[in-house]
Amino acid sequence: MNFLDTLWLIPMFPLLGAALMMLLGRHQFLDPQMKNSSVGHHHHHDRGHDQDLRPRQGPRWLIGPLCSGFVLLSFLWSLGAVFAGRSEQVLFTWVAGLPFPAFDGRMVTLTADWGYLLDPLSAVMILMVTGIGFLIHVYSIAYMAHDGGLYRYFGCLNLFVFFMLVLVMANNYLLLFVGWEGVGLASYLLIGFYFKRKPASDAAIKAFLMNRLGDAGYLMALFFLLSIFGTVRFTEMQAAPHPLLPWATLLLLAAAIGKSAQIPLFTWLPDAMEGPTPVSALMHAATMVTAGVYLIVRAEPFFRLTPEVGSLTAAIGAASAVIAASIALVQHDIKKVLAYSTVSQLGLMFMALGVGAYWAALFHVVTHSFFKAQLFLGAGSVIHALDGEQDLRLMGGLRHQMPQTFRTMFIGTLALAGWPGLAGYFSKDSILTSAWVASPVLFGAGLFTALLTAFYMGRLLFLTFFGPYRGDQNIHESPKRMTVPLWVLSIGSIGAGWFGTPFAGWLGATPEPHSWAIMVASAVVAVAGLGIAYHFYLRRPGTADRWEEGVAPVARLLRARWYFDDLYELIFVRGLARQGGDWLSAWDRRVVDGGVNGAGWLARKAGDISKWSDTWIVDGAVNLTAISVKLSSFPVRYLQTGLAQGYAFLIVLSLAAMAGWYLLRSA
Amino acid sequence: MHYVAVSLAMLLIGTAGLLTRRNIVIILMSIELILNAVNINLVAFSKHHGNAAGQVFAIFVIAVAVAEAAVGLGILLALFRNRETVQVDEVDLLKW
Repeated sequence: MNFLDTLWLIPMFPLLGAALMMLLGRHQFLDPQMKNSSVGHHHHHDRGHDQDLRPRQGPRWLIGPLCSGFVLLSFLWSLGAVFAGRSEQVLFTWVAGLPFPAFDGRMVTLTADWGYLLDPLSAVMILMVTGIGFLIHVYSIAYMAHDGGLYRYFGCLNLFVFFMLVLVMANNYLLLFVGWEGVGLASYLLIGFYFKRKPASDAAIKAFLMNRLGDAGYLMALFFLLSIFGTVRFTEMQAAPHPLLPWATLLLLAAAIGKSAQIPLFTWLPDAMEGPTPVSALMHAATMVTAGVYLIVRAEPFFRLTPEVGSLTAAIGAASAVIAASIALVQHDIKKVLAYSTVSQLGLMFMALGVGAYWAALFHVVTHSFFKAQLFLGAGSVIHALDGEQDLRLMGGLRHQMPQTFRTMFIGTLALAGWPGLAGYFSKDSILTSAWVASPVLFGAGLFTALLTAFYMGRLLFLTFFGPYRGDQNIHESPKRMTVPLWVLSIGSIGAGWFGTPFAGWLGATPEPHSWAIMVASAVVAVAGLGIAYHFYLRRPGTADRWEEGVAPVARLLRARWYFDDLYELIFVRGLARQGGDWLSAWDRRVVDGGVNGAGWLARKAGDISKWSDTWIVDGAVNLTAISVKLSSFPVRYLQTGLAQGYAFLIVLSLAAMAGWYLLRSA
Repeated sequence: MHYVAVSLAMLLIGTAGLLTRRNIVIILMSIELILNAVNINLVAFSKHHGNAAGQVFAIFVIAVAVAEAAVGLGILLALFRNRETVQVDEVDLLKW
């Protein structure tokens, strides 16, 4: 079998799973309403109870393995295709010649195929999406076992994998946009999975709306690109300087900022942690949020031609990296720490993109996806064990009860912190090296972020697994189906760094030669961060609180998350929404209601006129006819007596008269 | 000559009956008399001229008369069921 000819099957498998689940799931894989199903994650205590509640049980156990199987198939297929080489496959012409006025007045024709492109960039992405996606599917089987709506969960997860594959495999910007919107939809559905909880549905809406801002940028960028190049197909676009090109790249950057949760659109990502933890791992850490990075790498030729947009990218990335990392320092929710860490790491990737180190960014995408997925799943395992508890202050000492989770989390933490030799070290080092070449300020920001990262990850690890236990739950290690994916991801977290160089070669760029000084500095910073965390939270447990009092204004700033949410609340929610509400209500009352009432008044007046004309003109004409007939027939009509014999008499008389006249004349 | 005289007599008797009698049944019978007066005339002149067309015509008239009698009696029945009368001067609503 030729894998390259059947490229279209790769996204097809998860789509099949999604269709199965969403169309038939409710009935075929009956999932009866379970007690408290939407309130929390875990219901060990009422599991026995649940079984009594189930009226009839469909093959519920089949859902997870089935959907995981589809993703596994997809992964194996991708593996086959990737090793078979490069390919571009057009399935059918999707948009056939839509005439379109360009910005400079020319008419361009929008033609877009439904086609898949397999090049090194998309190869890396599809392997990552399907591989990590599969592990997270497997993990979810155990993690979600006690939740209701399992078919919905796995259906959405498969749908997400499908759209993500469309996104990274698309051979043109229009099809990429389909995947782009699709992952946004899947993200919305999964963040709001526990839709009966108000914060979850709010978070889903917030994520969707903030992504929308970026999507608007994408759409405009699409029109710009179409105007400039007359095509949206990657392979047909020959990058060349053009006066409109900076706008296109700027708007692409806006799109990437929305999807990858960078300043100023990053506030949706921490809120998205309301979704189930495996979803956070898959979409809001490992794959979907990297779509922004993917987009910029894909649009690399345009970014190269517009260095000013590149500088902006780097600045935004550096700011996001430092600010998000600083917020992560003071978060108490284990998932929020990881969420801000994700924003921060994505910021590092953007920084790399901004300075032109596309391969370094992609490298970090891959290594980050391994250890961030692993950390999230580990956090999920902890939350699972603590029956839904997410507060770091109520954890501690878990390393004895959960040795598997602890070991994998330990590896993930070291990888993210940049411990020499693990994945994060190499990719972060690549970024720092590129940043050093571009600007010492960016390098400083990157190094500072690395220090903060090591510190907050150390804090997370020490507060969770070391010291005395501060909660009151009955702790147990998670089942094998959850720990095995963790171990598989550990392999990536340890080893992915050593494959650093291939990306550089595949993307046709030459990486900066590794500088020993930077490597040593990076290692020192990582170890120092972990060491400070050890001192703060383990050796002298009170130190952190004393420091917080010492720098109270800074601590307040960090706890308030740099006031981003408050600012948006003030400007958009309170300012625009409320003021806008007043305007809208005035508009409703005056214009819309006015229009409706005016139409009513008009109809009534028209009715009056019509009634008048009916009475006087139509009826009048009919009556006039009748009256005129009555008048003009005045004497004659009295011959009509109604007596049949009278008429007969007249007939006879007339006949007699005619006969008489005839006889007289002939005689 | 006698044929014509008989025919004329029947015509006049029929006409008188038609104009003077109030009972619709009698009126219908009078109409039959008139029609048959015509028939006698037709047959007589047919014989006189040696032309069979007149006799054929008479047969047609008989057929039409039968139909007319049937329709007339039908109307009469309907009228009687509604008005309980067969007097023609009591049926005079259709006027002016």
